[in-house]
Amino acid sequence: MDILRQIFSLSLILASFRFATPLILAALGGIFSERSGVVNIALEGMMLIGAFAAVYGSASTGNPWIGVLYSMIAGLSFAAILALVCVTFKANQIVVATGINIFASGITIFLLQVLFGVKGTSPIVNRLPAFRVLGVRFNPITYIALILVPVVWFIFFKTHWGLRIRSIGEHPAAADTLGINVNRWRFVSVLISGVLAGLAGAHLSIGDGSAFVREMSAGRGFIALAAMIFGKWHPFGAFGAAMLFGFAEAIAVRVDFPFIPSELISAIPYVLTLVVLAGFFGKSTPPAASGEPYYKGEK
Amino acid sequence: MNKYSNKIRSILIDLGLSLLSIIVALIVGTLFIYLTDKSPIDAYSALYIGAFGSFRAIANTLWRSTPLILTGLAVALPFRAGLFNIGAEGQLLMGGFTAGVVGFYFTSLPTFIHLPFAIIAGMFVGGLWGGLPGLLKAKMDVHEVIATIMLNHIAIALTINYGINIFRDTGRPATPKIMESASMFNFKNIMDYPLLSNLPFAELFAQPAIRLHINFFLALIAAVILWYLLFKTTLGYEMRAVGFNPDGAEYGGINASKGIITAMFISGAVAGLAGVGEVLGTHLSFINGMDAGYGFTGIAVALIGQTHPIGVILGGLLFGALAQGGLEMQFSGIPSEIVMLIQALVIFFVAALQVFKVYLAKRKAKGGVE
Repeated sequence: MDILRQIFSLSLILASFRFATPLILAALGGIFSERSGVVNIALEGMMLIGAFAAVYGSASTGNPWIGVLYSMIAGLSFAAILALVCVTFKANQIVVATGINIFASGITIFLLQVLFGVKGTSPIVNRLPAFRVLGVRFNPITYIALILVPVVWFIFFKTHWGLRIRSIGEHPAAADTLGINVNRWRFVSVLISGVLAGLAGAHLSIGDGSAFVREMSAGRGFIALAAMIFGKWHPFGAFGAAMLFGFAEAIAVRVDFPFIPSELISAIPYVLTLVVLAGFFGKSTPPAASGEPYYKGEK
Repeated sequence: MNKYSNKIRSILIDLGLSLLSIIVALIVGTLFIYLTDKSPIDAYSALYIGAFGSFRAIANTLWRSTPLILTGLAVALPFRAGLFNIGAEGQLLMGGFTAGVVGFYFTSLPTFIHLPFAIIAGMFVGGLWGGLPGLLKAKMDVHEVIATIMLNHIAIALTINYGINIFRDTGRPATPKIMESASMFNFKNIMDYPLLSNLPFAELFAQPAIRLHINFFLALIAAVILWYLLFKTTLGYEMRAVGFNPDGAEYGGINASKGIITAMFISGAVAGLAGVGEVLGTHLSFINGMDAGYGFTGIAVALIGQTHPIGVILGGLLFGALAQGGLEMQFSGIPSEIVMLIQALVIFFVAALQVFKVYLAKRKAKGGVE
């Protein structure tokens, strides 16, 4: 009973918002990219470079909000590489994204040494101001993430822009016939995903903490990808999945289970995603043209 | 005759594109070296000396290329069957962990049973970890990229986080040391074997700093076997047909599911062997951090090798040399992460240059019409 009380305590549920924030943001980014037809497994790398840029911005200006700005610019520029090579030059999206992930972990450790003269952890920098809610500290990025969920839903399902993005992800040739510039919309969607992933990184480094640690994204970009799939490429679904995964992370950190080793709880999101993909409860189907470069004039 | 000249032409184009992307990556890499206030010439000469400057350096370059050749093969084979295995990392961990546990758990087996048992057990579990996404793809249409990403993280949780904690006997984040009877032959111990110590140049290997072990040769053998499998057997033909056009292959009477599952199982076993070698040959226990991103570097290796098994050997040697030479660079004050950046750049440029190849092919097709 004690375990149950621990699991369903208010503070734990509130803490899961904090853990879920980067997942929500990056999953929303993933939705933009994949709904437009570009698989983005570089969310991990974009999150990592965002986390680093946020610390650099905060360290060099003393203002953590500049750090947030830097993180979004960093995510955007990595996304621009992905968009340029994959959308404009039509290279393999998985290959390039893998390159971006390797590049991000290399460049952040490299810049730690060049800019800060350290190898593992950056110096402490000013972090974003936090607001206390019912005994749990929330930083502004958590609120931004929560506000963005309905906003993204509105964009996708209530505006022309969203309809365009969805249509080019499902049937780019049809969208092209209707005069939609497929590759331009894809480019923009990938850029948006980079901004959101960068912001997720800022949450990790100057929202939830106050320093950059090497490899600090620690697979969260991939969990966000899992949340996106688990939520069936829908903003509310992804939000629910991100909350569930954030909750799992909070439990793994705070609760001792008698039977399940806490090390294995961290694997729950991945196992659940495989189960969902295999169609055991409700098939999860990606946008039809996701992963395929679009050549004008081919059907 | 024409058939052969076409073949040579396409090999030359592949080779040229690979070399071009390496050169461009090294040139762009100089930008990052400038950031460290060091001269790129010093950096690259340190890299070269570190990788090829002495017999010891060359031997250790071979040692470092071993897991990269294997993970490169593990990416290349499914690539030919139209599948993207980015799960070599997880397959390597599962294979290495299994070999590590078998290696320390059985205490009184003779070497000729214990070592093969540990190797095969590791390869088998790695194979299962690769075969599972193959099965999910073939039977339930789950995209293998997502499935292998998920399985990578499940493998990390199972082996590094959980497995090490239940077995560890010291403060070191590792499983207990494997038995002597499960360890792979290390070339530095060559003088302990009377038969081998009489070989010419044997004394060159007898340096404590040489870490080359027998798994390098197992990797070469694996590459040759995979080459034979892909290009000389029916199964390999079927795999390539599935990769070229899955619907067409199905129509031609090829069982695509079988090809997909087999390719992924073999690929997992090969990645598993990479982990096995690291555990039984290099670290002598399953240790946190031994995967070192080999699964992802393997993608670069496979691409630079144009997903041909022999090309993968060359790609593995190149990246092994970069890793070994990177150490020397680190000593001269240049962060060895430059090597990681160069690896990533190679991936970008190979991917981007593939587009160039498509353009060449299109131009050639146009030329045919004239």
